[in-house]
Amino acid sequence: MGINYVLKRLAIMVPIFFLVVTLVFFMIRFAPGGPFSSEKTVSAAILKNLEAKYHMDEPLLSQYVRYWKDLFRGDLGPSFKHANRTVNEIIAEALPISLELGLLALTWAVLIGVSAGGLAALKPNTVYDYVPMAFSILGICLPTFVVGPVLVLVFGLWLQWLPVAGWETWQDRVLPSLTLGFAYAAYISRLTRGGLIEIRGQEFIRTARAKGLSESEIVIKHSLRGGLLPVVSYLGPALAGIITGALVTETIFNIPGLGRFFIESAVNRDYTVVMGTSLLYFTLIFICNFLVDIIYAILDPRVKYE
Amino acid sequence: MCGKVRRYEDRFSDRLFLTLFPPILFASSQILNLGNGTEPRDLDPHTVTGIPEFQIIQNLFEGLVGKDPKTLEPTPGVAESWKISKDGKTYTFKLRKNAKWSNAEPITASDFIYSWKRLLDPQTASEYAYQGYYIKGGKDFNQGKLKDASQLGIKSADPYTLEVTLENPTPYFLSLLYHHSLYPVHKATVEKHGMRWTRPENIVSNGAFSLKKWQMNQLISVEKNPNYWDSSAVKLEKVNFYAVEKAETEEKMFLTKKLQATSTVPTEKIAPWTKDTSGVLKRHPYLGTYYYWINVNRAPLNNPLIRKALALAIDREKLVKYVVKGGQAPAESFTPPGTGGFKPASRLPKDSSRVADAKKLLAQAGFPGGKGLQPIEILYNTSEGHKKIAEAIQQMWSDNLGIQATLYNQEWKVFLDTQHSRNYMVSRAGWIADYNDPNTFLDMLTTGNGNNHAGWSNQAYDSLIEKAAKELNPKKRYEIFQKAEDILLEELPVIPLYVYTRIYLLSPDVQGWFENVEDIHPLKYVWMK
Repeated sequence: MGINYVLKRLAIMVPIFFLVVTLVFFMIRFAPGGPFSSEKTVSAAILKNLEAKYHMDEPLLSQYVRYWKDLFRGDLGPSFKHANRTVNEIIAEALPISLELGLLALTWAVLIGVSAGGLAALKPNTVYDYVPMAFSILGICLPTFVVGPVLVLVFGLWLQWLPVAGWETWQDRVLPSLTLGFAYAAYISRLTRGGLIEIRGQEFIRTARAKGLSESEIVIKHSLRGGLLPVVSYLGPALAGIITGALVTETIFNIPGLGRFFIESAVNRDYTVVMGTSLLYFTLIFICNFLVDIIYAILDPRVKYE
Repeated sequence: MCGKVRRYEDRFSDRLFLTLFPPILFASSQILNLGNGTEPRDLDPHTVTGIPEFQIIQNLFEGLVGKDPKTLEPTPGVAESWKISKDGKTYTFKLRKNAKWSNAEPITASDFIYSWKRLLDPQTASEYAYQGYYIKGGKDFNQGKLKDASQLGIKSADPYTLEVTLENPTPYFLSLLYHHSLYPVHKATVEKHGMRWTRPENIVSNGAFSLKKWQMNQLISVEKNPNYWDSSAVKLEKVNFYAVEKAETEEKMFLTKKLQATSTVPTEKIAPWTKDTSGVLKRHPYLGTYYYWINVNRAPLNNPLIRKALALAIDREKLVKYVVKGGQAPAESFTPPGTGGFKPASRLPKDSSRVADAKKLLAQAGFPGGKGLQPIEILYNTSEGHKKIAEAIQQMWSDNLGIQATLYNQEWKVFLDTQHSRNYMVSRAGWIADYNDPNTFLDMLTTGNGNNHAGWSNQAYDSLIEKAAKELNPKKRYEIFQKAEDILLEELPVIPLYVYTRIYLLSPDVQGWFENVEDIHPLKYVWMK
């Protein structure tokens, strides 16, 4: 994999980033209502003062230019809704929470997915295959907003083993990460099963067997590496999907992650937070996909990037 | 989800739960955990407007007077006593000498002078600046007509005497002082930190509690303030205000005892909770009216006969019983009965003859049986609850008057924009009292009031409201308000629908918490059993 390829990918990102900033900036500005429209009517004089405070009294184009200038300095501006915070501070507070939730969910997904899929692949067409695969169909079909409340009902309200909402103790982490990871675990188990079964039929596995290697050595050394390729290529989109898709889980479990700020900022017309979170999501998705391409090249000798 | 509610006292597997999750999740000793709705915008008493903010601020700061949690009568706060002049326009407050800021500095009259000027300063851009308009010169100062702040009606003869001169005798002025907009703020802190002065590491306040932790969209923790003058009376050690937006989540947190009180109850759970016998469901009237604005400048709604027909054709009893379903009371007047002890005598009729009357009025307006009348558009902000109500009214208008109505909804900010620019025919609205006096409802409908979205203007009405502001005799004052209500129910720029009810869950462990129409529960008086 050449350095050229990396540079090319990064070069493509620049115009897309420019486009995203411009689109989001103007789209949110053209939505009716604004950060200061409230149920109690604000007098014109007060509105003027509020707008001046946030440079909203300037022409839209100079606000746009100002945004770029601030962005280059790494300053995403003050939040309109959270009066005593900047967007940088909000992201610094919320992003680690979303990342933690996402990584925990991904860990569950891989742990459960690979073991269930591996089990199914080792004993295909037996009960060890049917049961996990039936569950995985369920996992793929059921949306988060069904899985979450059901888990809360069973483990939170009936058994009272785990808290129903919040993000303070380690117990708080269990149900949300399981909820979020569930669908991905299901998908990963199917990918693992498919990949492993395909590999087991290959010549080099037969060779390994003929050499007299033990079954466990064959699985760990030879089958897994090739058989998990589909899983690896899925991890990138999965991580991106988990981080951006966490907002439903964050809402169900009242977790103060980035997803909630993303949604609320749009509803509140908190322009700067809308911009900041959108740009962050864009960057995260880009990085995830980029990393996967690189890992893929390392794992699979057949893949070459020019 | 299942519609059945587990009994609160059902201690199923509590023991296991306790072993697994030791006290962190429980109200051990004097810690109170409250559900507080949406994330507060800020904790600056002069710039915030919301109820979640107020719930916290009233415990972090203290104004000149407090509020008795049972009777809602003013109690001594930073002021230990006060005198009111004969004309009702001058209030002289004696401040207590032991009142301190949380950094142990004394609170003096100059703190209040600074704070009220800050509220009124146009640069502060306070949305509640009008709470300071009662003070002489307040309105002019806020609108930039009066530049010299020393001309405002707030003076101090000595550090512990504050003299306030009002524009008009305002009988509810003392109760206004409990409103957060009139709380004091610490000058040095505000000037040093600017917008960031309310952060836990910067804030200096003067209430029974002080701010310790603020995790956005999660919780705000306050702890007992040892520098508070009455701290020996404060029993709670710590209060956690959880920002929980969804009523369903709040209810679950309550059921698992992570919260001892919720801010609301999911609508579909009210009925099952009503059957619960443990008494944790609290339900009481609240000073607020749910109503419809009528754009009186739009044909055919510019005709008062049609407006009245529309108002009479609604069966409010049915509406609250079968549609709203939260035990609300039908609103037959604009001011909720009992606001500051005011009982509106004129009522929208509820007997069955009202439908016949409505039909007659419609015929009188030239549209017998609704024939020839264009469809009426009802606007509401997107929500399942508002939709159901609008649909019920659509049905009632169609059944009773033969009038067709169309419904449309808009997302909140778009809705506010539409309402503000009066680009609608009929629009859903709600108004919660800022203070316990009929004036908080009635002065909204005066000509040119920023919150008068009906575009309605009535000189007789305006002069009544103005007259009431100057009237000293409480009985006569309420008679004037009664006349204003009469005009409203004749003209109907608003169609009152129901009186708000506060519904929430409260653990029996919480003591010193009283249900009242203002829904004010100073935590200074609350403790855990």
